[in-house]
Amino acid sequence: MWEKLLYFDRRIIFVLIGLVVIIPFLTGWMVPHGQITPSTQNLYNEIESLEPGTPVMLVFDYGPSGMPELHPMATALTHHILSRDLRLLGVAIVVTGPSMCQDVVAPLAEELHKVEGVDWVNLGWKPGGVVPITQMGENIKRTYPSDFQGRPTNELEVMAGIRDYQDIGLIIDLASGNAPGAWIAYAHDPYKVKLATGVTGVMAIDYYVYLQTGQLCGLLNGLRGAAEYEQLIGKKGFGFLGMSSQSVAHLVIIFFVIIGNIGYFTVRRSRQRSE
Amino acid sequence: MPGAAGGINAIWGISTEVIGIWLAALLTLAIYSFLYGDNPVYKVAEHVFVGVSAAYGAALTYHLAIIPKLYNPLFRPDLVPDADEPQYILIIPGLLGLLIFSRFIPRYDWLSRWPIAFIMGLYAGLSIPRVIQTNILKQMQATIAPLLPVDAGGEYLLFSGFENLLLVVGVVCTLAYFYFSLPHRGVMGGMSRVGIWFLMIGFGAGFGNTVMARISLLIGRIQFMLYDWLPTIGIHLGSGPGVG
Repeated sequence: MWEKLLYFDRRIIFVLIGLVVIIPFLTGWMVPHGQITPSTQNLYNEIESLEPGTPVMLVFDYGPSGMPELHPMATALTHHILSRDLRLLGVAIVVTGPSMCQDVVAPLAEELHKVEGVDWVNLGWKPGGVVPITQMGENIKRTYPSDFQGRPTNELEVMAGIRDYQDIGLIIDLASGNAPGAWIAYAHDPYKVKLATGVTGVMAIDYYVYLQTGQLCGLLNGLRGAAEYEQLIGKKGFGFLGMSSQSVAHLVIIFFVIIGNIGYFTVRRSRQRSE
Repeated sequence: MPGAAGGINAIWGISTEVIGIWLAALLTLAIYSFLYGDNPVYKVAEHVFVGVSAAYGAALTYHLAIIPKLYNPLFRPDLVPDADEPQYILIIPGLLGLLIFSRFIPRYDWLSRWPIAFIMGLYAGLSIPRVIQTNILKQMQATIAPLLPVDAGGEYLLFSGFENLLLVVGVVCTLAYFYFSLPHRGVMGGMSRVGIWFLMIGFGAGFGNTVMARISLLIGRIQFMLYDWLPTIGIHLGSGPGVG
């Protein structure tokens, strides 16, 4: 029996994973929430501690491939930032970032009655990777003379009184690549600006070391980080619902890992006996 | 993309948004058909994905970099904030950028080395000191942790002490595993075996996160199919939970 189980059609696993991911969406079923990880809580506390009107730079360093994990994070963070009456500056060093910013911030801002150019701005993308990050340490408006819509930044109310990183309360980099490393090296370390990041699950392991050194003041880890943040702001969204599917899918995977291992060792032992 | 509004809104009476959703849905199903087995539909979707990604990146770069950062400052300064006259200095980076295309002409392909050398020099100069500071010195500093930490009141912090001890043991033993100048026997062998355990725990955590990320991608596609595509055929599951 175990021998058969070891070699059964893997497409059965695909179907099962597909079903357990779909069912929570159809039923609206949500898994009970767990404990909030300290790295998520710290980011929430950091935003809560900022005075209304403080500029927060939300960096959209991802494209469509990162949307499933990073869009829920961006949505929850944008909601928190705008509802706390902080100024939101959308920035990107990845070319697809400005579209992501517009996609998330514009509808939420409208819903929260926030005005583009007054309460928030999408500064767009600047080529050069680490070069604009370094330039902003000297002068943000010179780095971004116009916003994504082409309006001069020195005429925008939201940019009033902002010169460089010293005027920014917090930078949050949402990334599906290695951009947070650049923000740590070229923004946090030389200019001592507070920095947090939200990354895809694949990337998260690489950035925990920067929490320990204090180079990051918060970290959201994939869909789980998004779900935790939604829980903190009290607005359950796609992150939380996605985590229900995620949790059940993990249980199915763990079940098959255990069955596979039992099968492997049972078959190996029976072969050794027969030899 | 700025200025994209005002284009074609419908084709044969069907809105471009609906056409886009249907294309995305069919391509999603085509990609997932690989789970059943390799097939021509999957191959078509795969090639379309590569082509569209490259074209999308090129179009965005053209509209968001070439036009506003090079063309307008040189030829349309009236469209550039705080610029009354053409910025001729941009001819130099523009020419350097064009030299990259000399790769297509074998006789002149050596010219592409100039922009590459410029980029390498710029990034080496920017990166080396910062990377040493951020990724080596700061991390080393964080590893030098007290094994008997005390709080402000002089109380011994037992758990923090254990954490720091674990950190030191983990770093030293993992480094021992990668140290090949001594044979891995005796104390060195024991340390490298402990190092393997630390590495395995690290890989396990990485693998767990990778599984979470991959399932998240599937969740993203299913959300799209349920909340964007199904409504186009009259099946409404609501607008999703929404954050607002």
